Amino acid sequence: MSLVADPGLVSESEDVQTRTRGYASYLGLKVLGAIGSLMFMLVVNFFLFRVLPGDPARTLGRGRLTTDAQKAAFNKAYGLNQPLPEQFWTFLKNTAHGDLGISIQYRVPVSHLIWERLWPTVLLVGTSTILATVIGVYLGIRGAWKRGGRFDKISTSLSLTLYSMPEWWLGLMLIAGLGVGFWFVPGIFPTGGLHSPDVNPSSLHGILDTTWHLVLPVTTLTLAYLADYSLIMRSSLLDELGEDYLLTARAKGLRDVQVRNRHAVRNAMLPTTTIIALNIGFVVSGAITVETVFSIPGLGLLSIDALQAPDFWVLQGFFLVASAGVILANLVANLIYGWLDPRVRT
Amino acid sequence: MTDPSLLEIRDLHVTYATGEGALPAVRGVDLTVDRGQIVGVAGESGCGKSTLASTILRLQPVNATVTGEVRFNGRDILTMKWGELRAVRWAGASIVFQGALHSLNPVHRIGAQIAEALHVHSSGLGETTVTGRIDELLGQVGLDPERARAYPHQLSGGQKQRVMIAMALACDPELVVADEPTTALDVMVQAQVLSVLSDLVRDRGVGMLMISHDLSVLADLCDRITVMYAGRVVEEGPAAKVFADPLHPYAGALSAAFPRVGDPAARFAPAGLPGDPPDPRHLAGGCSFAPRCPRAADVCLPAEPELVTYAEGRAAACVRIGEPRSPAERSRDHHA
Amino acid sequence: MTTTNESTGTVPVSARRLTRQRRVAAWKRGWAQFRTHRSGMVGLGILVFFVLVALLAPILASSQGLDVTTANGPVLGAPSGHYLLGTDENGRSVLTLLIWGSRISLFVGLLATLISMVIGTLLGLVSGYFGGWIGRITFRLTEWFLVIPFLPLAIVLASVLGRSLFNIVLVIGVTSWPGTALLIRSQTLSIKERAYVERAEAIGAGRWHQIGKHVLPNVMPMVFANTTLTVAIAILSETTLSFLGLGDPTRTSWGSMLDSAFEIGSITTGSWWYIVPPGVCVVLVVLAFTLIGQALEEVLNPRLRARS
Repeated sequence: MSLVADPGLVSESEDVQTRTRGYASYLGLKVLGAIGSLMFMLVVNFFLFRVLPGDPARTLGRGRLTTDAQKAAFNKAYGLNQPLPEQFWTFLKNTAHGDLGISIQYRVPVSHLIWERLWPTVLLVGTSTILATVIGVYLGIRGAWKRGGRFDKISTSLSLTLYSMPEWWLGLMLIAGLGVGFWFVPGIFPTGGLHSPDVNPSSLHGILDTTWHLVLPVTTLTLAYLADYSLIMRSSLLDELGEDYLLTARAKGLRDVQVRNRHAVRNAMLPTTTIIALNIGFVVSGAITVETVFSIPGLGLLSIDALQAPDFWVLQGFFLVASAGVILANLVANLIYGWLDPRVRT
Repeated sequence: MTDPSLLEIRDLHVTYATGEGALPAVRGVDLTVDRGQIVGVAGESGCGKSTLASTILRLQPVNATVTGEVRFNGRDILTMKWGELRAVRWAGASIVFQGALHSLNPVHRIGAQIAEALHVHSSGLGETTVTGRIDELLGQVGLDPERARAYPHQLSGGQKQRVMIAMALACDPELVVADEPTTALDVMVQAQVLSVLSDLVRDRGVGMLMISHDLSVLADLCDRITVMYAGRVVEEGPAAKVFADPLHPYAGALSAAFPRVGDPAARFAPAGLPGDPPDPRHLAGGCSFAPRCPRAADVCLPAEPELVTYAEGRAAACVRIGEPRSPAERSRDHHA
Repeated sequence: MTTTNESTGTVPVSARRLTRQRRVAAWKRGWAQFRTHRSGMVGLGILVFFVLVALLAPILASSQGLDVTTANGPVLGAPSGHYLLGTDENGRSVLTLLIWGSRISLFVGLLATLISMVIGTLLGLVSGYFGGWIGRITFRLTEWFLVIPFLPLAIVLASVLGRSLFNIVLVIGVTSWPGTALLIRSQTLSIKERAYVERAEAIGAGRWHQIGKHVLPNVMPMVFANTTLTVAIAILSETTLSFLGLGDPTRTSWGSMLDSAFEIGSITTGSWWYIVPPGVCVVLVVLAFTLIGQALEEVLNPRLRARS
């Protein structure tokens, strides 16, 4: 932005950058950016596993591959004796075909394993995100609108405390309090698992049982996310409340509620929506700890198992899916933002 | 009983509660606007003129305490019920705000923002009526009706201010308050916007309260001018007289701050006023202008001067008016 | 430069001294404002307490209490007069572990933040200050790192690099800088527009000179506020990584305490003294940094201040 103004007469009729690039080209740019990020992630993924450890056969075998012949067989099986560029090409080709290798631990294709374990995670994180969004946004709006009031003080301190808490520790506390029970209070909820071992998860009984099992983990994640969302919503609404256009809206004779809902909240939702969409991208990684604590057989628990094994290809596939999720969510966040806010499209 | 004035402000005090103590922004202001009359309020930033503007529609921030009366058609806005107040807002009196660039909601189309005002004040308007009215309004301020579909960021500063004017006139108000309607615009655009505004106001016989730091602009457009300093009225009178022959030294300084075309003296001595306006939180007793006043004397210090009528329709708050000037003062004024 | 300034002697106060005086005055003003933030002061109080505990750890509890072989307390003994917070599965005092654990948590949090700040500030400055391809590449790089999911990367790195304190610091430092970089970038962009930088450019000041003299001092306050918030996140991350068993097995941190407590089933056996206190400590320290960071942000960001 140049501050040097034309000293001559500036004609009023001139339009200030009226030509909009339009949503389509904005979209195109964002998609290109996402593809760039994806390529970067593939490179990182490839090098992390092949270059950093030096000798993957030794690292991965963890002493189980003792003889040279065994090592050679291992290297040959995973294509690790080819030159690096060739390996990368193979890696790209395989990944494009959805071939992520075979799990050393389970002896099944990694892609099948990930697909199967994705659903518990999506169920857990999806439900929590929806609940946290609704409650968090509500708390943020109410707090900001009556800033400094009793409600605001309580909800802000609560959110800050939850924000400062490792979510898995909160989960542990919930298990101790509501699952195991303490003092003379009996536990009510199951302490772990997706459903009881003896029920068919697709029967009505099984669905109810699964819901019952998900109460504590979903509560844990909801509380953890909610803290974020209510703090963000509150601060972006507070930002909006100082804006001049709200004074215009009030001067027009709108009711307080109308000023809040049609103008202030609508605009404050922009940053909040972006953050929520971004957070969904961390679906995969977000559930690692909570799945561990509640032993829910999702992607997070899979990654921890793979780490302990160690299961090279599962870890690689997991990392790929996790980062792809973030990139996709990032793209969606950008698209929503562009759709909601006309300013970024031009 | 005679017909009440359109807007009658009596002994208005507005005080903000701040972290560093009470801040009296407006201290006992009287002001009247009649139907079809344009009244200007002049003063530096911080003199309380914008606070005055927002108080007229009871839009002052929550930390403000307001006493006095703001009578609109005889009814006191400050004590009105909320429902009644909402009806007066925009349909009775509308505001063209200072920050033209930020006074429109960035995520709504401008047509929708004008339509919102229409819908609030007359329920059950048909879609075509509203669209027709928006087209008409945009046409009146010299904008292409097509622009109704534009977002604020797609318009220039001057265009945005025209939209604000169109919006202010949407519900046919009896009073328009214009709070520095042209500050953010460059000179040519300023002139255009001002002429659009004053023409529309004159055509409709609407009353207007126009607030500006620029006395020369007010002198051109207004019937009467009120000059404010540190929250008080220091001079009031017919626009041309206040500008050309100010009574109060502060009004004199404001008037001299804007060079007149064809006046060589002003051209060679562009006068500014030394110093800054006082901090309203820590006002010393006596005339609050005294510390910056070229004519200050001991007589100014004991008490804040009252607004006194000096001639037909002219009043000023200065104890030294009418006193003979010393030769030294005269020569100083000449240079100032 | 200073010598010429001093030797001329015609200027009573050198420009450099004047600048320093102004900065000192600015810090004083900032502190006066910070003091009015009750939550910020509460955070500061909590933080001072934990820093003192960490520094005085050898005085408060002998490091011998960490040694598994010499521990002679009861196994998972409940709190008693001798063991105020009970004992762990090896008979060590939980209080001793907590005191020594504060060192690791604070150390990792601060060191990781330092790494993150250095990378973030540098890349933010470069991508904001330089246009052209340098700026574009650094900005892209920042965006790319922003989408690397932290925990999965940490898991992968732990599996390929091995488990050590240094690796934990590295992982947290390397993954947490992009946010800082973006913040610094936007600040730099706005400062670049200001008149004095343009003036400096006009009189031919070098780029790095400009960055050091004009841009950096002005972004520093924001870096400072951001740092405290990053420390909070870094400490949380350390705890989580240690809990997942990715931490240094030879050192006791609050995260590793929680890991062992979880592993031995403290929840079901009801040995709350082993699993509640470390969590409470984490919450308090993270909360302290968050409160301080928020108060600082409000002091340093006039836009936020205006809305109070």
